[in-house]
Amino acid sequence: MRLPCPVCGERDLREFTYQGDAVRLERPLPTAGGDAWDSYLHLRDNPAGLTRDLWQHGAGCGAWLVVTRDTVSHAVHSAVLAREARHAD
Amino acid sequence: MRFSALRILQEGLTGNKGWTPHWRDPEPKSEYDIVIIGGGGHGLSTAYYLAKEHGYRNIAVLEKGYIGGGNVGRNTTIVRANYFLPGNSEFYSNSLKLWEGLEADLNYNVMHSQRGLINLFHSDGQRDAFVRRGNAMITQGDDAVLLDRKGVEKHLPYLDFDNTRFPIYGGLLHPRGGTARHDAVAWGYARGADQRGVDLLQNCEVTGIDIEGGVVKGVQTTRGAIRAKKVGIVVAGRSGQVAAMAGMRLPIESHVLQAFVTEGLKPCIDHVVSFGMGHFYISQSDKGGLVFGGDLDFYASYAARGNLPMKEHVMEAAMTLMPMIGKAKVLRSWGGIMDMTPDGSPIIDRTGVEGLYIDCGWCYGGFKAVPGSGFAFAHLLATDRPHDSATRFRLDRFRTGRGLMDEEGTGAQHNLH
Amino acid sequence: MRIEGKGQAERSRKVRFQFDGRWMEGVEGETLAAALMANDVRLVARSFKYHRPRGILTAGSEEPNALVTVGSGAARDPNVRATVQEIYDGLVVESQNRWPSLNWDVMSLNSLAAPFLGAGFYYKTFMWPRAFWEKLYEPVIRRAAGLGALSGQSCTERYEKAYAFCDLLVIGAGPTGLMAALVAARAGADVILCDEDSTPGGRLLAERGEVDGLPGPEWAASVVAKLRDLGVRVMTRTTVTGAYDQGTFGALERVAQHRAASGDLPRECFWRIAARRAVLAAGALERPVAFAGNDRPGVMMAGALRAYVNRWGVAPGKDIAIFGNSDDVYRTAEDLIAAGLKVAAVVDSRSGPPPEHPYPVYRGAVVTGTQGGRNGVSGIRIKTAGGEVRVKADTLAMSGGWNPSVHLSCHMNGRPVWRDDIAAFVPREGAVPGMTAVGACNGVFTTRGCLEAGVSAAQVALRDLGLDVGATTVPSAEDVPYQIEPLWNVPGKGRAWLDFQNDVTVKDVVQAAAENFRSVEHMKRYTTQGMATDQGKNSNVAALAVLADTTGRGIPETGTTTFRPPYSPVAIAAMGAGAQGHGFAPQRLTTSHVASVARGAPMIEAGLWYRSSYFPREGERTWRQFCDREVGMVRGAVGICDVSTLGKIDIQGPDAAAFLDLVYANTFSTLKEGRVRYGLMLREDGHVMDDGTTARLGPQHYVMTTTTAAAGAVMQHLEFVHQCLVPQMNLRMISVTEQWAQFAVAGPRARELVNGVLAAPIDDATWPFMACGEVDVAGVRGRLFRISFSGEHAYEIAVPARFGAALFDLLVTRAEAFGGGAYGMEALNVLRIEKGHITHAEIHGRTTAFDIGMGRMIAPGKDCIGKAMAARPGLVGPRRQQMVGLQPLDADKSLTAGAQLFAQGAVVARETNEGYVTSVCHSPFLGHGLGLGFLRDGRARHGEVVRMVDQLRGLEVACRVTDPVRVDPDGGRLRG
Repeated sequence: MRLPCPVCGERDLREFTYQGDAVRLERPLPTAGGDAWDSYLHLRDNPAGLTRDLWQHGAGCGAWLVVTRDTVSHAVHSAVLAREARHAD
Repeated sequence: MRFSALRILQEGLTGNKGWTPHWRDPEPKSEYDIVIIGGGGHGLSTAYYLAKEHGYRNIAVLEKGYIGGGNVGRNTTIVRANYFLPGNSEFYSNSLKLWEGLEADLNYNVMHSQRGLINLFHSDGQRDAFVRRGNAMITQGDDAVLLDRKGVEKHLPYLDFDNTRFPIYGGLLHPRGGTARHDAVAWGYARGADQRGVDLLQNCEVTGIDIEGGVVKGVQTTRGAIRAKKVGIVVAGRSGQVAAMAGMRLPIESHVLQAFVTEGLKPCIDHVVSFGMGHFYISQSDKGGLVFGGDLDFYASYAARGNLPMKEHVMEAAMTLMPMIGKAKVLRSWGGIMDMTPDGSPIIDRTGVEGLYIDCGWCYGGFKAVPGSGFAFAHLLATDRPHDSATRFRLDRFRTGRGLMDEEGTGAQHNLH
Repeated sequence: MRIEGKGQAERSRKVRFQFDGRWMEGVEGETLAAALMANDVRLVARSFKYHRPRGILTAGSEEPNALVTVGSGAARDPNVRATVQEIYDGLVVESQNRWPSLNWDVMSLNSLAAPFLGAGFYYKTFMWPRAFWEKLYEPVIRRAAGLGALSGQSCTERYEKAYAFCDLLVIGAGPTGLMAALVAARAGADVILCDEDSTPGGRLLAERGEVDGLPGPEWAASVVAKLRDLGVRVMTRTTVTGAYDQGTFGALERVAQHRAASGDLPRECFWRIAARRAVLAAGALERPVAFAGNDRPGVMMAGALRAYVNRWGVAPGKDIAIFGNSDDVYRTAEDLIAAGLKVAAVVDSRSGPPPEHPYPVYRGAVVTGTQGGRNGVSGIRIKTAGGEVRVKADTLAMSGGWNPSVHLSCHMNGRPVWRDDIAAFVPREGAVPGMTAVGACNGVFTTRGCLEAGVSAAQVALRDLGLDVGATTVPSAEDVPYQIEPLWNVPGKGRAWLDFQNDVTVKDVVQAAAENFRSVEHMKRYTTQGMATDQGKNSNVAALAVLADTTGRGIPETGTTTFRPPYSPVAIAAMGAGAQGHGFAPQRLTTSHVASVARGAPMIEAGLWYRSSYFPREGERTWRQFCDREVGMVRGAVGICDVSTLGKIDIQGPDAAAFLDLVYANTFSTLKEGRVRYGLMLREDGHVMDDGTTARLGPQHYVMTTTTAAAGAVMQHLEFVHQCLVPQMNLRMISVTEQWAQFAVAGPRARELVNGVLAAPIDDATWPFMACGEVDVAGVRGRLFRISFSGEHAYEIAVPARFGAALFDLLVTRAEAFGGGAYGMEALNVLRIEKGHITHAEIHGRTTAFDIGMGRMIAPGKDCIGKAMAARPGLVGPRRQQMVGLQPLDADKSLTAGAQLFAQGAVVARETNEGYVTSVCHSPFLGHGLGLGFLRDGRARHGEVVRMVDQLRGLEVACRVTDPVRVDPDGGRLRG
């Protein structure tokens, strides 16, 4: 698998670390309550198909990325910097 | 038909013409008392124990493909009871006991081979953690033996004790651990369930779950609507999709785990060996192939296939630990879809919908759990109460923080268990 | 036997090789199979289940029968295909899976018991009595099973891995692949051309047809020369083994397996190839026909026979019958005649008038059986419209048609598509993104058609790559249409083999269907068809056809099993190259490593690092003596310990303070410049992630330390929090773990020692407990932190790593002069247990701040990572197991880590278990054993006596529950 790092270009999977669904960008307020936090940390849509998930290009530029890809075909559609993806939302 | 050596002899002498189907292929009925979604190992064992232990006859198992086609047919066949956290301890202990009586129970040789499992450790800290594990196993009533380096050498003389990157300090031997013939487990349960009247409906994909007023009424399938008083979801690898039909969102992320088998070789590895530093485990099948695996590929996937980096990492672990197998040639690699939960432990529980139950989240440990999971899920479905061996596999434990079973200690990140 | 005047193999160099102890002569570079054939060896191997005598079936890597063991000692290589292994002078080969010899194999008795050993027989028996499975049945089955044997010795040969990148990867160097590579390279594409054979050319090497007026092999060689001129990397003996995501391919190059002496070459190299586009031109594999006795030595594939005759100039016999269902039977007959061999009969299953041929032709006929013995065929039975005919023959060539090599197209779950016109599966279009399957592997079975397909595939790839497509002429070549009538099995008595190696016959598939293993996956798993070393390359389609026929379905409805990587088997040593010994993981060495080793310190693994265990001195013999003495040095004088392995993260920026407040449970924005604070870090799920000290060096400048084990994880976590959660915060961070060498100086005389190496002496007023700052260390700009893990008056001195070795020597020398010295991990561990300090033995990922008694560190006035989830009801309260100190009642008794804790009088059971021991030591300072552990509601139970039970070691010790801090609870020593 190869991922297109917006900083470094297309690189091999082994340069990246995966964290999980990009829902982790939407951290609830401390007061949001148990359900919101449960949803943030544990519950997942877990789609068979398109998903947005978080990867770090640790063996490259160190950037955290939001990668849009397909969990069934492994097709990668895009990768953007997490710091920018979050602002764009 | 009862299987025996005598039957094989009779059939062999008469041209093997008398063998009959191991299970029927019935048409779906319009209504069942209990519908099990998923004809994998867990679904089949659930149906079997519902029939055997609880007297249910009007049960259907709905399988979208062919029975036993999921993870029960694509794993590294390890059977063990070496967990240390309450919840897991009693469950896997019970499951192993069921394994030990399985062949007699099913009249099917699943080749359960208690050849012993050795977990190696490579530092004082790891030893202490394995001692804790071993003590928990013994306290639970299972078996564990602490081996020092010499003890490991006696059992596994072929390991690289001199040059390996992470020296071998010792190991924890679980003598009752071992392997089984994975497909046979599915087939044995299928046959046993079928003989007790369970309808196994293959090529029958569930497309919807009918719920009225918070009560389950049945399912929609590619072979028509089927009414049911109770519905059990047992679809590891697709848990999220099926649960979504009932409006549920699960604490599960699906990941791919690869496994490997080599060409057939004369016996060279007699145990199941697990190398924690390299996330590598291996045994030799009765056919002679070395069956081994490693860690998840780490990214969410439903592809049932993996990529090169993890393949290479697994082979690298093999080479530093047991370079004796370097000339063994990998014949086939494959991937399974793992229901990864935030604590690495499974879920067997009621849901928010009355009459709807779920058994999921087996991560990469589902094979050894096949008997125990079916036994406990059948109990839950039949009695509406969790079985004593599975009281802690609650769906709400992540929200409450009560009874988390994080054996790896890696926390609420699905792919790290 | 060899055929005069035939064969491309270089005849000049003869070599000697050994098969089962017998020396034979061969021609260098030819395959072992060809060489054995030249020496009239027909019995080469035994099958897996029935130990049936077997000869050579194919001429390629798909060979299911002729598997042998090459070499001896640690170099012993089992399950090598005789059809792939090239011979060299001194090659030693043994047959395998037989005892006592290939000719007389005791286990061949299995074949007589075949009626009782049908599909799945083992699922129905060997169940009684229970204990006999492990003790009797399984050992017997295991010994009988398996093919070759490993040497049992560690691998001694070198294997390598490498990366390659290209615009276009062409897989297969037959006419299709050669043409595709040529067109692409001429257009300027960066091309890699891989072929598993030793020579490019594919079927051109095995057939007599011409291309562009040249004999096939010559044309192929001319193209290869052009390719090399164009800079194409032509990789022979290189099998592309797998297709992976985004154009990644695995490939195995056999670098030295064909050489007598490999010099410094690796035996094999495993390539990871990243290709922007790929052309699959893998050709096709001929398929056998199932008929009674089709597994006898001397029965082989017709295309393979042509390869042996035309390419290698060898023949398996003199009297050759041919059986098939396409014009290939005539092509084969003509090749044999051209080679001066006798065609005993041609049996063409297709109906129609018999054509004129100078040899007996039976049309509309089938072979129903073979006669002969262990050493092979002596005759065949033919069923014709007019009745049965028996023909004498020493060889039978068979052809059931060709199966496109769809394998790589299936590696990403693409299911192949059935084509009735060629009665075969072809790759599904787009099955592997970026890869196009063309030529024979896409069902094009004429040479001309393949050449055209190669051109057009290259053109498609070039357009995708944005390169100009030049005009190309397609060379002239044979273009006879492929006409085939499906022929899978010949009904009749006797066993007809589908899977040769695993001994799966037509009857087994029929029986499986009768037992309702009707799904193709069930049939495969029940009969083991397709699970042999050829992975069904020879048997899948025919077995599928038999299953389809038996169950009354068509082949497409019956489906197909999936081909998965690798295409052909790959040695673990190749894919795991470089990891043997210490290569598995990087080795991180501290700056004091060399000096520590010189002082006799055993270096132990700490993650990827190596740290000193202890520093032995003369007169000391036991581990306890070293450790106790080092602890005593620290408590009584001064000790030096390399703590460079702790993670160090430099954090700078206007929002650095706010950021630390977020990632730490406690507050850092209030920390004064020049001060250090202990920090507790939580995971977002509320459990403790790590701990360490963080120093504020400037208004916007902090240096965080982490534990050795969690350094990488913490760095990643901090980047996650910053980039993903609070990107608006203005700060930067970087790991400086390896840039600084850092040493602990601990003990009552620590300041005295430190002042000896600092340019400007310090005292309690200028440098109180938890002070930090820049200092001049013997002329080097360094940092000094007054922090303590041991509980003593202590400092950590950091200097740029290049000065680490010198500083370590200086500090240790000074310490020794004060009656102290270097101390290692063992003493460090004792010191911290005495002081009640935690490590990852305690913060093992399942404990909370509450559990370790630091719940109040979660600052109330601010948010922090993990705060919300740490408040979950299950993570606090008296039911939690809380950290305690443990002391044996009997001072002579030792505690053991990993033991369990029970209340006095409680039975030992899971339900009554109340905790466990995490860390233990003997405290030379206190004079008895000590431990840390977790006990249910432990903080409320100080003073209580509990049972420590270690059933694994057969130990039980009564111990008193205490506060975890056992030395200097008031902190007088570390402040003094």
